[in-house]
Amino acid sequence: MEKQWYTISVYSENSVGLLNRISGIFLKRHINIESLNVSKSEIEHVSKFTIVVFTTEDWTRKIVVQIEKQIEVIKAFYHTDDETIFQESALFKIRSSLLFDEPQIQNAIKESNSKIVTVHREFFVLAKTGRRHEIDEMHDRLEPFGIMQFVRSGRIAVTKAEMPITELLEKFQLDN
Amino acid sequence: METLKATEKNSKKPTAVRITGAEAIIHCLLEEGVDLIYGYPGGAIMPVYDELYKFQDKLTHVLTRHEQGATHAAQGYARVSGRVGVAMATSGPGATNLVTGLADAQIDSTPIICITGQVPRHLLGSDAFQETDIVGISTPVTKWNYQITKASEIPEILARAFYIAKSGRPGPVLIDITKNAQFDELDFTYEKCTGVRSYKPVPEPDVSAIESAAELINNAKRPYIVWGQGIILGGAEQELQELIEKAGIPAAWTIMGESAIDTAHPLNVGMVGMHGNYGPNVLTNECDVLLAIGMRFDDRVTGKLDTYAKQAKVVHFEIDPAEVGKNVKPDIAILGNCKETLALLLPKIKENSHEEWKKEFDKKYEEEFAAVIQNDLHPTKPGLTMGEVIEEINKASEHEAVIVTDVGQHQMIACRYAKFKQSKSNITSGGLGTMGFALPAAIGAKQGAPEREVVAIIGDGGYQMTIQELGVIFQHQLAVKIVVLNNDHLGMVRQWQELFFESRYASTVMTNPDFVKIAEGYHIKSKRVTERSELSSAVQEMMASKDPYFLEVQVEKEDNVFPMIPSGASVSDIRLK
Repeated sequence: MEKQWYTISVYSENSVGLLNRISGIFLKRHINIESLNVSKSEIEHVSKFTIVVFTTEDWTRKIVVQIEKQIEVIKAFYHTDDETIFQESALFKIRSSLLFDEPQIQNAIKESNSKIVTVHREFFVLAKTGRRHEIDEMHDRLEPFGIMQFVRSGRIAVTKAEMPITELLEKFQLDN
Repeated sequence: METLKATEKNSKKPTAVRITGAEAIIHCLLEEGVDLIYGYPGGAIMPVYDELYKFQDKLTHVLTRHEQGATHAAQGYARVSGRVGVAMATSGPGATNLVTGLADAQIDSTPIICITGQVPRHLLGSDAFQETDIVGISTPVTKWNYQITKASEIPEILARAFYIAKSGRPGPVLIDITKNAQFDELDFTYEKCTGVRSYKPVPEPDVSAIESAAELINNAKRPYIVWGQGIILGGAEQELQELIEKAGIPAAWTIMGESAIDTAHPLNVGMVGMHGNYGPNVLTNECDVLLAIGMRFDDRVTGKLDTYAKQAKVVHFEIDPAEVGKNVKPDIAILGNCKETLALLLPKIKENSHEEWKKEFDKKYEEEFAAVIQNDLHPTKPGLTMGEVIEEINKASEHEAVIVTDVGQHQMIACRYAKFKQSKSNITSGGLGTMGFALPAAIGAKQGAPEREVVAIIGDGGYQMTIQELGVIFQHQLAVKIVVLNNDHLGMVRQWQELFFESRYASTVMTNPDFVKIAEGYHIKSKRVTERSELSSAVQEMMASKDPYFLEVQVEKEDNVFPMIPSGASVSDIRLK
């Protein structure tokens, strides 16, 4: 079976140790987590993990049901890139003098739709949000001038189709 | 607590009583109906042991000689009784010694709760004396685990632990409790847990899937059932037997499912898997409908998946959605507790019989009998076989005993040849294959079913992994019957070395101690048998004993277990020699 990118979304209780339990399921199958983001979700007191993996659909499905089996996991889904709207964010810390010395830097900022978050005497910080390849392009463009620090976030994604999670959760609460 | 009980009757909300966390732990256990726990004390769990001392009239603590023994004893107790087994240990090494038992209980779906002491909250993460991250360590081998750092959390978390351990697909739960939470006081009330919002223990059965399955079964020419432990865990023995009889379907079992149906039942055709019976393995690839009930298609059962039951329509009855399609993709999946789903299926099943098809199993059995069973049970060569020992135990027990096995050749032979009339009678380490399981598990089995005869059958290798638990048998005078089948080898590994590693016996030959003397050291009646002529009377003497009894049988050193599906081969390629 063909490998591709899958975004796994996990809705869970916000409990200590659950990250360890979920990551262990990937570890057990020797699958690398390409990106991981944990945040609050659209539902109060419910956390959302967004996990990106590069593997087959068969394995993704098996991992998702094994994640869902964990006591504190409410529901887990997986989607292909086509089925989701997804982005990553990156921060670039660059020497301030370059803004004046290298006109190409200003062009790069304009053309990439990135934002200057802050400017100090010594450095300024650029924020770029977009697809992985867009951030990579930005990185490649700035690298020759010297990047003081670089960081990229995990993928965050929403699905194009509706997620029946709120209803499910209401049902769970009624059942209990 | 008497006052608490009184107020409970009068008002809906029980009045809280002010007690320490340690005392609260005892009350939680009592509220859950626990009257026996296994464990080993140490620094970080001492406040709880101090309370155990005060409550010893209500709650018996059995001091195993190693924490691993406590987990296996709790497992044995749970497996014969269907109740939750409880084990307790201190932090650090006490806690890490529980890991093997937790892993065993996880893979064999056994409901146990392990309570561990932990260093005080303010020392967590500081590499304090006997501190270990047991929650982190036990995560992959527990159904659920939790660290309590405040006394007030104790009642709710322990209630949840019991609920999670025994509901749905059962499994082990570990609760780690910091020492400050044991010392501190709380306002104690107890309410049993009836649900956790993020956890759905039993999926709802899909009626249309059951309809489709019934149609498949009713039209099948060569239907075949393989059942697993799900039948025993779900209490679905009666429903399974009705299905087998009504539809006239030959049925085989995985070792975890053994004893759910009388081994003498005419449609019980035997054991599947690597050392299972010949017919049940070969005919898996000749049936037209395969009903897999409460089993998980373990690789030791299926052999090579690409060639497993490819010709058959597969119906998988399963409580755990993560098992459906994990190894074998079913044509129909029937989620739910099989007691419930089989009951829904039964009225839709037509009465039927499949005599010709059943005869194929009989024919295969005759072949297996001539090639293997005859020599195993009625040998003509001088050395004793493991099979004939099991056969003697069958005769003496009249198929009524609980048989507890360890791991290896003796386990396969015992599972193949032991006869059972009652469910929950075959206690073995199936999924994890934990050597050292049997002796402590037999302790738990005896205490979980004191009225029953419990016979532990163990190899000389596994016996020495937990031999110290003889101390428990002696101290509590538990009338466990221990049979060591001694071949002076790690027999199963030696067999593989002979068959697949050109007889290079790397570290499988053992120079053993005098096992009879060791038993005598614990004042346990004991005997050693080396001749066939002594076997029958020795087994009878053992079974007649009202006290614990140790019997060592010197068996052939280099016997092999057959039939055998070589690792990675198809079930059709099972070898008779």
